[in-house]
Amino acid sequence: MNVLVYLMPLALGLGGLGLAAFLWAMRSGQFEDLDGAAWRGINEQDDDAPK
Amino acid sequence: MGNAALQVRDRLEGFLKPVDHATSEIELAVDGIRCAGCIATIEREMAALPGVVRARLNFTDRRLRVAFRSSEASPSQVIGRLSDLGFTAHPFSPVRKDDAADVEQRRLVRALGVAGFAAMNIMLLSVVVWAGHETGLDAVSRTFFHWVSALIALPTAAYSGRVFFDSAIGALKRGRINMDVPISLGIMLALGMSVVEALNHGEHAYFDGAVMLIFFLLIGRVLDQAMQSRTRAVAANLAALRAESVVKRFPDGGVREIAIDMAEPGDLIVVQPGMRIGLDGVVEQGSSDLDQSLVTGETAHHAVRPGDHVFAGTMNLSGLLSVRVLKPHTGTLLADVERLLAKATEARGDYVKLADRAAQLYAPFVHTAALLTFLGWLAWGLPWSEALVIAITVLIITCPCALGLAIPAVQVVAAGALFRVGVLTNAGDALERLAAVDAAVLDKTGTLTLPSTVIANLGDLPPDLVQRAARLALASRHPLAAPLAALAKDAEPHATARERPGEGVSACDHGKVLKLGSAAFCDAETEAAGLATAYPDASFVAFTDGDAKAVFAIRQPLRADAADAVASLRDLGLSLEIVSGDRSLPVEAAARQLGVARWQAGATPAGKVERLEALKAEGRQVLMIGDGINDAPALAAAHVSMAPISATHMAQAQADFLLLGQRLRPAAQAVVIARKARALMMQNLWFSVIYNIVAVPIAISGHATPLVAALAMSGSSLAVMLNALRARGDGGPKVGAQTP
Repeated sequence: MNVLVYLMPLALGLGGLGLAAFLWAMRSGQFEDLDGAAWRGINEQDDDAPK
Repeated sequence: MGNAALQVRDRLEGFLKPVDHATSEIELAVDGIRCAGCIATIEREMAALPGVVRARLNFTDRRLRVAFRSSEASPSQVIGRLSDLGFTAHPFSPVRKDDAADVEQRRLVRALGVAGFAAMNIMLLSVVVWAGHETGLDAVSRTFFHWVSALIALPTAAYSGRVFFDSAIGALKRGRINMDVPISLGIMLALGMSVVEALNHGEHAYFDGAVMLIFFLLIGRVLDQAMQSRTRAVAANLAALRAESVVKRFPDGGVREIAIDMAEPGDLIVVQPGMRIGLDGVVEQGSSDLDQSLVTGETAHHAVRPGDHVFAGTMNLSGLLSVRVLKPHTGTLLADVERLLAKATEARGDYVKLADRAAQLYAPFVHTAALLTFLGWLAWGLPWSEALVIAITVLIITCPCALGLAIPAVQVVAAGALFRVGVLTNAGDALERLAAVDAAVLDKTGTLTLPSTVIANLGDLPPDLVQRAARLALASRHPLAAPLAALAKDAEPHATARERPGEGVSACDHGKVLKLGSAAFCDAETEAAGLATAYPDASFVAFTDGDAKAVFAIRQPLRADAADAVASLRDLGLSLEIVSGDRSLPVEAAARQLGVARWQAGATPAGKVERLEALKAEGRQVLMIGDGINDAPALAAAHVSMAPISATHMAQAQADFLLLGQRLRPAAQAVVIARKARALMMQNLWFSVIYNIVAVPIAISGHATPLVAALAMSGSSLAVMLNALRARGDGGPKVGAQTP
């Protein structure tokens, strides 16, 4: 049972990391142009313009 | 025209957002983006402009953000370059209200993210506990898992569950019950009981159920918000693209263009011929003819003199007018319209949304069932604590998870399907109302007809004469000359052309006098009178070139697919009629052409509402389609309403759906989609009822464990969401198949 002492925080920490990544993605506007993101992937020229 | 350029720049300056001391950013609503290729084109061309630092196009809401060094580039250059590329762009100034809604949406998504994280982790722990029931997990470990779950669940409920608690408290304060009341009660009881269970080292804790409930229900809320925010984004773009402005005369004598919402009562505005009057007011100087079709539906022109009232939305045809503004642009002077509007909005208030009706039936039923369970087990001889646990289980398992998703999930999928056929949904519950319609009342001017004009008798006239008239028309600002000027092949207006307000234009060409204007101005009254019988709904423009004369019958044509749309609506079982404010000749002509048997002409705004009330009294659910200010009360009074995108502000504000583009047939497709959506909503509601019929007896008999609750709740929610996806199929082919 001692194994729980570090496995539990580890599991929760990993989950928390996922949550933090999601909140970061939201705050930095990753979900603001979902249709556009789908199309940009197949654009022919390199998409290096937006800085 | 350096002066004019300066004015434009002044106007755009207000839309700039400073990034740092040398750079500013502007957000533009861009029209004409059809394909993904446009993303690359626009961004590449913008980046190539000198001084532009960054350009990013948002393809979802068709907005372009451009940041540029203020010293090297100006917003007018950016817009100019876009228009060279074939895109119309207008600066976009976000309204405050939008920001509040954006904040709300972000809060909901964050709450959803937190609830999702918590639900996953607690479920992991719960699986251990459930497996432990079989494999003999000792009580100490089980209690430990319960407490870890509580540690995650309680803060999550406090953060993510607030969405429901706030709304439930709000409803209770007003003495009403909405769906959030049983939801909040279920969440609270589940958590409270689980804490007591953990304290007593008990076997069954419902932390996972409570958090999962929050998670699934938040999905419904987020979907709901997403639908509204899409509507808001499109509506804001449309408002920006209209770029409504007025020309104000300042006290110092200067004349400058200002945005329409900057104008205040008491301002003096100048309206040139060919411009729309932006605001309600009184004529101070000048006299002119007005096209009031957007206000009254009447296509005949109306003369005004100083002292007359003029209304926003009317087109100034012939003379320069100075107008003293009486009201800000949100209101209109048509007092009876305003009064009718208030009354009509009240009358529609008696409609209860499907979701609220379900909640009203559901809450008392469930709460009674829980109470009876408690009393029943008490009478059976169970200790009160055990009876209470079973009663609470009943409340948890019946918590309206699927019921909460049943309607918003379908609404958002159907609104997406509607958007693809070119219909914008203004109100969430509009779909269920549209599904019920069995009659439609159509306005004529601007709804069945296009707002722009064409020449009806072009085929009867010699082409060279038409060309000469078209060249002269280039010199005129009169709106009736516009369809003629569009025909001119050489785009060189006569240097000698002179426009006489109220009469027409004249020019000298090789010693001959050319005239274009009213029939009297061109001595062509007999010809015009001859045409009047053939084209009862037209206005006439005459042209003379020496002895050669021509009279053009200019009218608003029916929308290209008007007949198709009318036929489709009829095939859907709707009884149709036209109720217009126009004279009876043009209305009759349109009705005959479209094969609509019932029509009414010369209807006042009150008359339109009366007709709708009469239909309502017959037990009909009426769909109203209209565009003018005179239609606004009728749009508000109808069971459900639509307006074309060219409609006045007032009509758009009242309409439940907006038809994007010039086509009318999406109106029929919308009815098909709405009917399908309603069928799916009903299926989902029935599914929730059946779910309860199965689950409640299990809970009442005391056999519901947290595992059963978790399976039942997630299973029913997924089933309802998957069923909602079936609303995606577009209604196009179905309608199309029925029309030749």
